[in-house]
Amino acid sequence: MIVFDQVQKSYQVGGREIPALYPTDMTIETGEVFGIVGHSGAGKSTLVRLINLLEPPTGGSILIDDENITRYSAAELRAFRRKVGMIFQHFNLLSSKTVSDNIAFPMKLAGIYSKAEIRDRVQELLARVSLTDHADKYPSQLSGGQKQRVGIARALACRPTILLCDEATSALDPQTTQSVLRLLAEINKELGLTIVLITHEMDVVRRVCDRVAVMDGGRVVEMGAVSDVFLHPKHPTTRDFVFESENTDSDERQQDLQKANGRILRLTFKGDSTYQPLLGSVARASGVDFSILSGRIDHIKDTPYGQLTLSLVGGDLEVAMSALDAADVHVEVLR
Amino acid sequence: MEALLSNVDWPEIGIASWDTLVMVGMSLLFSVLAGLPIGVLLFLTGKRQLLEQPVAYAVLSFVVNVLRSVPFIILLIVMIPFTVMLIGTSLGVAGAIPPLVAGGAPFFARLVETSLREVDRGIIEATQAMGANVRQIIFGALLPEALPGIIAGITVTAITLVSYAAMSGVIGGGGLGDLAIRFGYQRFQTDVMVITVALLVIFVQVLQMVGDRLVLYFSRK
Repeated sequence: MIVFDQVQKSYQVGGREIPALYPTDMTIETGEVFGIVGHSGAGKSTLVRLINLLEPPTGGSILIDDENITRYSAAELRAFRRKVGMIFQHFNLLSSKTVSDNIAFPMKLAGIYSKAEIRDRVQELLARVSLTDHADKYPSQLSGGQKQRVGIARALACRPTILLCDEATSALDPQTTQSVLRLLAEINKELGLTIVLITHEMDVVRRVCDRVAVMDGGRVVEMGAVSDVFLHPKHPTTRDFVFESENTDSDERQQDLQKANGRILRLTFKGDSTYQPLLGSVARASGVDFSILSGRIDHIKDTPYGQLTLSLVGGDLEVAMSALDAADVHVEVLR
Repeated sequence: MEALLSNVDWPEIGIASWDTLVMVGMSLLFSVLAGLPIGVLLFLTGKRQLLEQPVAYAVLSFVVNVLRSVPFIILLIVMIPFTVMLIGTSLGVAGAIPPLVAGGAPFFARLVETSLREVDRGIIEATQAMGANVRQIIFGALLPEALPGIIAGITVTAITLVSYAAMSGVIGGGGLGDLAIRFGYQRFQTDVMVITVALLVIFVQVLQMVGDRLVLYFSRK
């Protein structure tokens, strides 16, 4: 478990104090995938680097499994860092070392593994990230996705309990992003590793994260289960992120809504209710006519969800609303 | 042909070439041995680096700059008492090596500093995140990543030392430069001058070619 207790960070720039992270409380549970989303400069890079103290905090304390890591000596800190893997946007592989040597590097640095142990572990990791055939290549000979898989294998080498992902998919194309995210989800499930992932894409959060913190201007403005934050965003920054990920322009949305007649509702389905033939039966029972203004059916991690914006005309609106409520659908009246 | 090169004493040229080779080789060796740690220190103590030390950096940087700004010909003369103290003579091949190192080491140190700065900061960060200490970061990540740049720096330093070694002829340093000055310049033997210069050109060409090959071999980018 990672606990932030009033953790803050500021930088001295030309004699002035520039805050990067205002005092923040946060708890990340063991074994969860925790997303931190925010625009560039929101402080998410700083936040993730506080967890392995690449950036020391200027205030507050960070507890990892009940140990205050901010009090560690230099040697203790180095030992602790071996238990925290990290992957990066630009991979940060050593260009002078082969794939195998890159993966072996953290184990060699630790100085506690025998040659045979290192060799076996590298083979095992190469197989896990499906790069066995590329063991003797240099990073420059690999594609972006392959490089990130080397990065993941390297981060896992010393069997860490926490994996930090710094914009790990931001330099990758959508398809490669998919495969890297799938690999991360797999690792999380099979190894029970806690993953802290920062990104500026809500879509990445939606696919793999259990919980998410939204950052803006050095503050966590919203935090919670991904399904809650994603389906019912409260803070304006969160809304921007959700709409961005749906590829909808908020102005266009407004125009569409103005043209529609009657009542406008947003229905949110989650889990099994997503697949129920609900709308037809509600329409028949209440005599309401509906038209769909926008809609999306997708997954949040493993849970299916649907979100529809409808305009309802005629019939008995009360009956329709209570029928929807009864079917475990979240109803929001937009107009 | 015979008449054209009447003044050229080929055995003498052979000895002089060998002397130049020894001077450049030895001074390059010591320049690298001294310059590499100085360059690493310059890098590490620099702004926003691992061991940021503004005072240490300023002092080191100043010494390097002083040695680099003194014209080599002056350095040759100023160094004479020190050279005598160090190896008993300021003449010949041996006498030329200390001033050559004094000129070559700071030059190489700057080149090392520059090539270390070219290493992606992300790689240093990643290595730190793996729990490496400073020594491991230097030897495990920084130097291997900067190797092609450092080899290119050795090449440039070697070539600079060839011209410095030729200059050391002025204070009786031996080698091709000495020959060029004593015969080519002071006795107006143009043919000797041409031959020595031609040999120096060939020497530099070979050095550059070998250096470039090595850089290419060690570049994995």
